[in-house]
Amino acid sequence: MITVLLVMIAGIIAGVFIHQKPKLIKLNDRLISLAIYLLLFLLGISVGLNKTIIQNIGTLGFQALIITLGAISGSVLMSWLIWRVLFRSEQINGLEDEE
Amino acid sequence: MGLKMKNSLIILAFFAVGMALGIIEKLPDLMMKTDFSMFALYGLMFLVGIGIGADRKSWLVMRKIKLKIFLVPLGVILGTLAGTAVISFLIPELNLKEILAVGAGFGYYSLSSLLITEISGVELGVIALLSNIMREVFTLLATPLLVRYFGKLAGIGSAGATSMDTTLPVITRFSGKEWSIISVFSGIVLTLLVPVLVTFIMKFF
Repeated sequence: MITVLLVMIAGIIAGVFIHQKPKLIKLNDRLISLAIYLLLFLLGISVGLNKTIIQNIGTLGFQALIITLGAISGSVLMSWLIWRVLFRSEQINGLEDEE
Repeated sequence: MGLKMKNSLIILAFFAVGMALGIIEKLPDLMMKTDFSMFALYGLMFLVGIGIGADRKSWLVMRKIKLKIFLVPLGVILGTLAGTAVISFLIPELNLKEILAVGAGFGYYSLSSLLITEISGVELGVIALLSNIMREVFTLLATPLLVRYFGKLAGIGSAGATSMDTTLPVITRFSGKEWSIISVFSGIVLTLLVPVLVTFIMKFF
């Protein structure tokens, strides 16, 4: 699976060379969308063919919901902490000056 | 923004049609037997890499921004990992590693579910898909309340990787325009880290 990351890094290096070619960047965005459509379509097929998953979709959905609630609660609490400690007192207009 | 939303719906439509075809088993033999999704995934990751490398604006935004802004996505990562670890005892069927990996999708459901399917199998991939879609939908619905009770960063935290695009409008609306740069920044950092974190959690944990 490290291959996945190596392939992505190769892509990043290739990408640096085309950053001044807006047409290629646009084409790349389109290809990404198409690749995602294709892969999600294929994932859909595997899911549909997998009777165990179809029968247990309720359980899987429930597990997904619990993970989501944990992930969001943790993130929101951390964001609250960071906001209270670091951001609340200070106006963040300074950010816009830097823009 | 509208375009991105339309995109999400198209993605889900492709998934749904695929699933329907799979259920009724109306597929050419070739599709039922060959697994070419691995190569398609590599292709996708290469294209995603090109997108990152070619995106001058993201790199410039990062260079300009104050150091403490990095604490926002870092907080989302730590909060997500801690939150999912805490609830893991509620799901005895999955081990901690799998639960953390699903959480590390940060709402980027297309890529994270594909990666997790490839590494771990379709079942966990489906959980990742559903969970990360829920994260985006929940953020769209709950941001007004989250911001009221948990401060201006709460919507950005809940949004995870989606704070750079699909949930940006609702965040900007309820936290205020001045937070949109932080929102985009946090979303970019998390989006970049999804493939890295998911792979590392599944591989080395």
